[in-house]
Amino acid sequence: MKFNSPVETNLFDDAKIIGKPTQRVDGPLKVTGTAPYAYERNDAAPDALYGYPLGAAIGHGRITAMDAEAARNAPGVRAVVTTLDIDPLEKGMNNVARLFGGNEVQHYHQAIAVVVAETFEQARAAAARIDVTYEEGEAADLDLDAAFRRVEGSGEPDTLFGDVDAAFRDAAVVTDQMYHTPGESHTMMEPHASTVDWSDGGDMTVWTSNQMINWNHQSIATTFGIEPERIRVESPYVGGGFGAKLWLRADAVLAALGSRAAGVPVKLALPRPMVMNNTTHRSATVQRIRLAANPDGTLKGIWHEAAAYCLPGGRGENATAQTPIFYAGETRRVKNHVLDMPLPETADMRAPGEASGLMALEIAMDEMAEALEMDPVRFRIINDTQVNPSDPDIPFSDRHFVECLERGAEAFGWAERNTSAGGRRDGDWLIGHGVAGAYRGALVLPSGARAILDGGKLIIETDMTDIGTGSYTIIAQTAAETMGMSLDDVEMRMAHSAYPVSSGSGGQFGAPSSTSGVYAACMALREKIAGNLGLQDPTFADGNVVSGETRMSLSDINEEVSAEDAIEWGDFQDGYAMGTFGAHFVEVGVHAYTGETRVRRMLAVCDAGRILNPVTARSQVIGGMVMGVGAALSEDMALDRGRGFFANHDMASYEVAVHADIPDQQVIFLDTLDGVATPLKAKGVGELGLCGAAPAVANAMYNATGIRVRDYPLTMDKFIDQLPSI
Amino acid sequence: MRAFSYEKPANPSEAVARAAEVEGAKFLAGGTNLLDLMKHEIEAPAHVIDVNGLGLDEVTETEDGGLRIGTLVTNTALSAHPRIRRDYPVLTRAIAAGATGQLRNKATTGGNLLQRTRCPYFFDTNMPCNKRSPGSGCGALTEGAFSRQLGVIGTSSSCIATHPSDMAVAMRVLDAIVETVTPSGMTREIAVEDLHLLPGDTPERETALMPGELITHVRLPAPVGGTQAYHKVRDRASYAFALVSVALVRQADGTGRVALGGVAPKPWRRADADAQLPNGAAAVMSVLLDGATPTEENAFKLTLAERTLAAMLKEA
Ligand SMILES: Cc1cc2nc3c(=O)[nH]c(=O)nc-3n(C[C@H](O)[C@H](O)[C@H](O)COP(=O)(O)OP(=O)(O)OC[C@H]3O[C@@H](n4cnc5c(N)ncnc54)[C@H](O)[C@@H]3O)c2cc1C
Ligand code: SF4
Repeated sequence: MKFNSPVETNLFDDAKIIGKPTQRVDGPLKVTGTAPYAYERNDAAPDALYGYPLGAAIGHGRITAMDAEAARNAPGVRAVVTTLDIDPLEKGMNNVARLFGGNEVQHYHQAIAVVVAETFEQARAAAARIDVTYEEGEAADLDLDAAFRRVEGSGEPDTLFGDVDAAFRDAAVVTDQMYHTPGESHTMMEPHASTVDWSDGGDMTVWTSNQMINWNHQSIATTFGIEPERIRVESPYVGGGFGAKLWLRADAVLAALGSRAAGVPVKLALPRPMVMNNTTHRSATVQRIRLAANPDGTLKGIWHEAAAYCLPGGRGENATAQTPIFYAGETRRVKNHVLDMPLPETADMRAPGEASGLMALEIAMDEMAEALEMDPVRFRIINDTQVNPSDPDIPFSDRHFVECLERGAEAFGWAERNTSAGGRRDGDWLIGHGVAGAYRGALVLPSGARAILDGGKLIIETDMTDIGTGSYTIIAQTAAETMGMSLDDVEMRMAHSAYPVSSGSGGQFGAPSSTSGVYAACMALREKIAGNLGLQDPTFADGNVVSGETRMSLSDINEEVSAEDAIEWGDFQDGYAMGTFGAHFVEVGVHAYTGETRVRRMLAVCDAGRILNPVTARSQVIGGMVMGVGAALSEDMALDRGRGFFANHDMASYEVAVHADIPDQQVIFLDTLDGVATPLKAKGVGELGLCGAAPAVANAMYNATGIRVRDYPLTMDKFIDQLPSI
Repeated sequence: MRAFSYEKPANPSEAVARAAEVEGAKFLAGGTNLLDLMKHEIEAPAHVIDVNGLGLDEVTETEDGGLRIGTLVTNTALSAHPRIRRDYPVLTRAIAAGATGQLRNKATTGGNLLQRTRCPYFFDTNMPCNKRSPGSGCGALTEGAFSRQLGVIGTSSSCIATHPSDMAVAMRVLDAIVETVTPSGMTREIAVEDLHLLPGDTPERETALMPGELITHVRLPAPVGGTQAYHKVRDRASYAFALVSVALVRQADGTGRVALGGVAPKPWRRADADAQLPNGAAAVMSVLLDGATPTEENAFKLTLAERTLAAMLKEA
């Protein structure tokens, strides 16, 4: 199905299943512990042995020798493969550092050996017996701030319009500040894990935990130089990814090499302490934001320059992602510098770009509102835009940012907010309120599916993944709705390389793309059924196909009918800016003596088109808000600048928010429809909840204390000296 | 984890006798610390003596009106004990501020006192660490290292690790006494004050216990009364070790006792600092933290400790 023009009305406008609160269909499997996760595929590979990885012990350099003799002779060991045993493997999609092979160490904990043994404990103990000699690389300058100062002002701007210099010269009010966001780790509950059967070195089966079946499939083929047809990839359940599992990683590669060497299936999960440095993370950023405004609050200029690090050839966080498009304003200058540094690999993490960019921009907006003596909600409303500011011929497909702010202000009680530093107290706690805008692009990707009607059952096959988001459920809802069947009639088969290629899960493109693909397949199935029965323009409702006087129950169709299709996105979408929008409102308490900060309540109002399932969508948004609390208050990959690695590499020391950090959370979805975006008029919402949540906390802290902290996480060491004296 | 042999003796004298006999033996209580360290091969005992069969899991009254706590009393049970809650509330609060419900269910009184530092370089066997591997250097004291969590006082140029326990800080402020059985079968007593050693040049030596010496009980003297409080400061609200914690006992006349956690290789208390309590937080800290040698990253702990105590004094 080619999506060639905006949808007017279609069957989803009278939806009975889509848009209705629906519990996740895979819920019972998960709460009974019977959903088969990658490391527990005892159903598929009951004889799998245990693999255990060894990570490099230096930041970067070379391995000069490895002695694996003791490991090979250790009890229970069936195979040991060291990185010196094989040539460097080819790199799969978006792998920057190689995953295995050769003597070069590009980052700490890069995989350098795998041990296969009969028990997990034996494999782990043997891996510790491998003796490695290194030659350390030259110490590198890992000071991102200094690096930013060196490149500041250089290079062609990524976005430039209007006379920026004049705007800043003539503006009534100008703000100019530096902001810092730290490296962040995905730290999903399930570490990267795979079970691989490559016992005979021929065909390979990979049971893995990955967000993107097709990319993974292709990358395995490239990495090992084998035909994709010989590889089968399954990833039916993923215990969180947040972008960490978009790409092929060392777990699958090591399990495959171990399996071939031992001649048996092998399962391998990255030990938690390896996840932070072995896999990818969100790079730290340095950002300078200058705003220029007229006395009436309209923005004259936005000047955003940022830097992030990455390994040579890689991608760092682009914190300027939202700046060209989010707010109105006559002039703009935007530049992101990506600087090479020998650190662990950086790549996408939930809302890559916007998450870090809004952490700075939305503080800057708060600062400007204050300089203008204007309500920050009002200041944002004044600077709303319905067109792409850098290309005013391009309208937003559907944008209700103002309504998010207004509804939020109303529901939160913004009018009764604290208005002066220290103005509101609860015992020793200074109470403050903050707002921030949320923006995240609404990307869609081609996505395919097969729909099969078989004896009254509707079977959906697609390689789409469910990374805990609810894909099984919303896809089943889409299919049932399109076919006029009930949810119970639908059998979902997903996340298998044998099924049609879907968008996969990432960048909040999964839900809008994959449901569209399933809609396409179901429409193709409808056409086939109509053709088979010789019916003209039939309707499908209540389990029946109806045309004129003819009414037939779909369960009475005896032979199997199958149709496959994919959604493809027409060029017309290039004529629009597509995004999702929101507003976050937060109340915090900052302890007047200690600077401890606790969030007391949070509200997000979201504009993301049709909400396919309010239950799973709300879970996504509150999950994003939780991540925002972590980003604001505690998450920080602690860089050892001398050694070039992240020292706090476990869940006790890399502090994500815990239950006790999370207060009452409210989510309001605006009832919006975006017919430009998808046939279902839906957009993604999985990342929107994170965007803007952290700066809303930051602004609330400022509101409480009068102390502006621009360096995340906003821990007390950064401002305790400025708290009121005791 | 290295392979090890295991046994579960039935009484304390058997346990110490076996510990004396078998080289490299270690006692295992709740295992919440030891097993982690063994998995990382930070510790690799050849023999593990499980003390969970020794009894020693009761809280009894002593003649002087205090309590005698068996070493195997769990953190959960101890913090919930009615006498502790009534007469030693600082201990209840300190324990409840530590770790998580699951961990506290397993963690024991003796094990908690003997838990080892959470210094990230101690935990990463690729890194130098004088405590884990004497003479290899201190990973946390090199240029650019991550030291935000580590100690500011009582540390040395060999090691700046802290003792991470919350419970121990309350035990210190209550002047608890540790009862042991030595390898030769003698019983002895060690004040909690003297249990943990400062690192000096030998950070691998952490306690006054001899190898194979078994903690059997921890004794609390008669209740000291007063208003008691424990304030633990951390970045997230739970499941994090203290940046700074303060245990306070304050009498109606303004005198009292104060001990700090999160700042030193042992619960940090000084009699001459206690004496300053009537003069306020700044006066206490000017004595208690005198001679502190923080790193650039953890200097904030000095301010934080003073402000935390100030907040508590206002309440108490
Ligand atoms: C993730 C995590 C978070 C935590 N957070 C906190 C926190 O916030 N605050 C806090 O205070 N603690 C915290 N802890 C630590 C926890 O309190 C300790 O692990 C626990 O108290 C140790 O008790 P155990 O009985 O499990 O000791 P074990 O692990 O069994 O033993 C610890 C040590 O004591 C020795 N030992 C045990 N019993 C005896 C005995 N009777 N005689 C002689 N030697 C003995 C063992 O040989 C071993 O060396 C945390 C732990 C974890 C894993
Ligand atoms: S501070 Fe102590 S425990 Fe930490 S690395 Fe240095 S010597 Fe080891």
